[in-house]
Amino acid sequence: MANPIALLLREQYSTPVQQRETSKLGMWIFIMTEIMLFGGLFLAFSVYRMSFPQAFVKGSADMSIVLGSINTAVLICSSFTMALAVYSAETGNRRMLTVFLIATMILGLVFLGIKFTEYYQHYLQHEAPAVWFDHTGPDSGHLEMFFVLYFLMTGLHAVHMLVGEGILTAMVIRNHRGSFSADYYTPVEISGLYWHFVDIIWVFLFAIFYVEGLHLHKL
Amino acid sequence: MSTAVETRPALNYLNQETGIRSWLFTLDHKRIGLLYVASITFFFFIGSFYALLMRLSLLEPNGWLFGPGTYNKLFSMHGIIMVWFFLIPSIPTTLGNFFIPMMIGAKDVAFPKLNLLSWYIFMVGGLTTLFAMIHGGVDTGWTFYTPFSTSYSTTWVTTAALGIFIAGFGSILTGLNFIATIHRMRAPGMTWFRLPVFIWSQYATSIILVLATPVLAITLLMIGVERIFQVGIFDPALGGDPVLFQHMFWFYSHPAVYIMILPAMAVISEIIPTFSRKPLFGYEFVVYASMMIAALGFLVWGHHMFVAGQSLYSALTFSFLSYLVAVPSAIKVFNWSATMYKGSVSWDTPMLYAIGFIGLFTVGGMTGLFLAAMGIDVHVTDTYFVVAHFHYIMVGGAVMGYLGGVHYFWPKITGKMYPEGLAKLSALIVFLGFNLTFFPQFILGYMGMPRRYAAYAPEFHTLNVMSTAGASILGIGYLLPLAYFIWAWKYGADAGPNPWRATGLEWQTSSPPPRDNFEETPVVTRPAYDFGGMKEELHLG
Repeated sequence: MANPIALLLREQYSTPVQQRETSKLGMWIFIMTEIMLFGGLFLAFSVYRMSFPQAFVKGSADMSIVLGSINTAVLICSSFTMALAVYSAETGNRRMLTVFLIATMILGLVFLGIKFTEYYQHYLQHEAPAVWFDHTGPDSGHLEMFFVLYFLMTGLHAVHMLVGEGILTAMVIRNHRGSFSADYYTPVEISGLYWHFVDIIWVFLFAIFYVEGLHLHKL
Repeated sequence: MSTAVETRPALNYLNQETGIRSWLFTLDHKRIGLLYVASITFFFFIGSFYALLMRLSLLEPNGWLFGPGTYNKLFSMHGIIMVWFFLIPSIPTTLGNFFIPMMIGAKDVAFPKLNLLSWYIFMVGGLTTLFAMIHGGVDTGWTFYTPFSTSYSTTWVTTAALGIFIAGFGSILTGLNFIATIHRMRAPGMTWFRLPVFIWSQYATSIILVLATPVLAITLLMIGVERIFQVGIFDPALGGDPVLFQHMFWFYSHPAVYIMILPAMAVISEIIPTFSRKPLFGYEFVVYASMMIAALGFLVWGHHMFVAGQSLYSALTFSFLSYLVAVPSAIKVFNWSATMYKGSVSWDTPMLYAIGFIGLFTVGGMTGLFLAAMGIDVHVTDTYFVVAHFHYIMVGGAVMGYLGGVHYFWPKITGKMYPEGLAKLSALIVFLGFNLTFFPQFILGYMGMPRRYAAYAPEFHTLNVMSTAGASILGIGYLLPLAYFIWAWKYGADAGPNPWRATGLEWQTSSPPPRDNFEETPVVTRPAYDFGGMKEELHLG
């Protein structure tokens, strides 16, 4: 047991390959669960989008396409730095691993900052359901529902981003302590899977909330 | 009978470490299984207590004990506790946790820390819901139908739903753990088609847990948001669609029925071959039937909504898909019966429960077909016919399977035997009490007695008295095992490693098993249920 990699093998496994493959499978199953979790909300959105097309397009036209597009770009960049982080781990480059993990976290925080700026703008425009929502007109109730779903879905996504920030912080700390090497970097790899998944969810959210009413937009 | 003296191993998973901390921080799947046994037994008796109060009140047509408000809370709390805190976790988290690693020849589940975390999540969820019940209860029924649950009910809906929401993540993580374990932790030579059917059934269950539970979580989250912020998601007054809630709820809750029954089938598929001394008839068909039940389970939720205003065409589709579920279910029933045919059947307690299961599950399943037929369903919707039907599946099926499993695996878990005569007697009491409780309800429902009412028309009196009498007998049938299992834990006779002369890997190690389950990793060379290939000394032993 002098081999340091063998020391990282938890007792229920017989080989490092088995341990690595099991961890990855676990994260993939978790991602399937997450798809179903967001799926319920996407279903609700689709049903009401079909029922109240005008209100939903109108709501979408009130989104800031500029901030939304910047955020999409930021997240895609963060996926790129995350991929580079996994690559650095794979090649045993611990210094670059820390650099790319922190870069990913900064991009994630930029995303969250922009997201909360948008929330604040919606609040100022009286588009925050239950808190401050006054729109009149025949569609106002359905417009409110659009914003309920908007806050619920992007809010749940933001919670996942925050969890991702926490996971990446843990990865930075563990890397600093020297837990990872070219032979053992599974936690980095599965954190990357999670991060990419959260990014993909955003791409779909961007499509349904921002792009929907683009043609009505006063840029 | 056993002539060789088989003593308990000096050091096993039960006594290797001692003290309360060694239990609360254990990563051993066997100990976590026992933590779940204690928890769900606690919840089971709370849920039963609510049922008992309901049945007592229904002794008289005017519901002499409780008014409608209290009665509504009683059946809601009975349903919520029984479904989410007993039936859903029952077999997977206890026997599944204990035996999945042992049956595949592994030292533990894939993620032991996650396994312990699941139990803590489950307990936090369970205690949150219990808190809501103690502080005033819930009156929405276990189904939380909107808009009543979101706009009108003044009871502790949000807290109760929060508890279920939390417990759901425990379920998801358990399912995730089992899938990863079954995929990656099998011993050398344990190929997919050498797996005991127990494992296959748990695998099918885990897939449902992982894919359906998140939909319930998000639905309950939406209920919470609608209640707390008073915004419209499901409330029709605010433009929402209450039928959407029903779709999302039943998308989870119909597969949830298979979360309850598939693990019971898993247990039955182990008991029947062992006590018939024959390999399971048509092993591959039973395996495929399990997977088919899991898959079809996701496509039939609409049969709960025949009267809820869905289109005739979707109702027709759901009706036909629901009939299809009968095919794999019938395959299983026929294959169990065929396994017993010309087998060397012995009548030990687990086998009594297994045979009881087959009969009661068949009754429950057949009446399920009545309910899948739209015409009859409209006639008996929201009557006691439905209540009787799903209790035949959940109590006659899932609970009988659980009890059978606990008796079957008890010698392995504790290394002790339970008192066989008393156990047989209580199996009989459970069977009789169960039928006396629920068979009259089929008749009541068909005659038109609606469910969820605190009072009823005088002509239903006799059948209701029969049902209440049955419930008291059933209660004794449940208290007896509780008593003799506690007794047997300390005073039972030593069981030896393989008292049933079963073939599974779990019986090839000592009872109780050592911390790592096996002295050395087993190598599997034979298919499951290979009684012919059993070593001669096992027959003698």
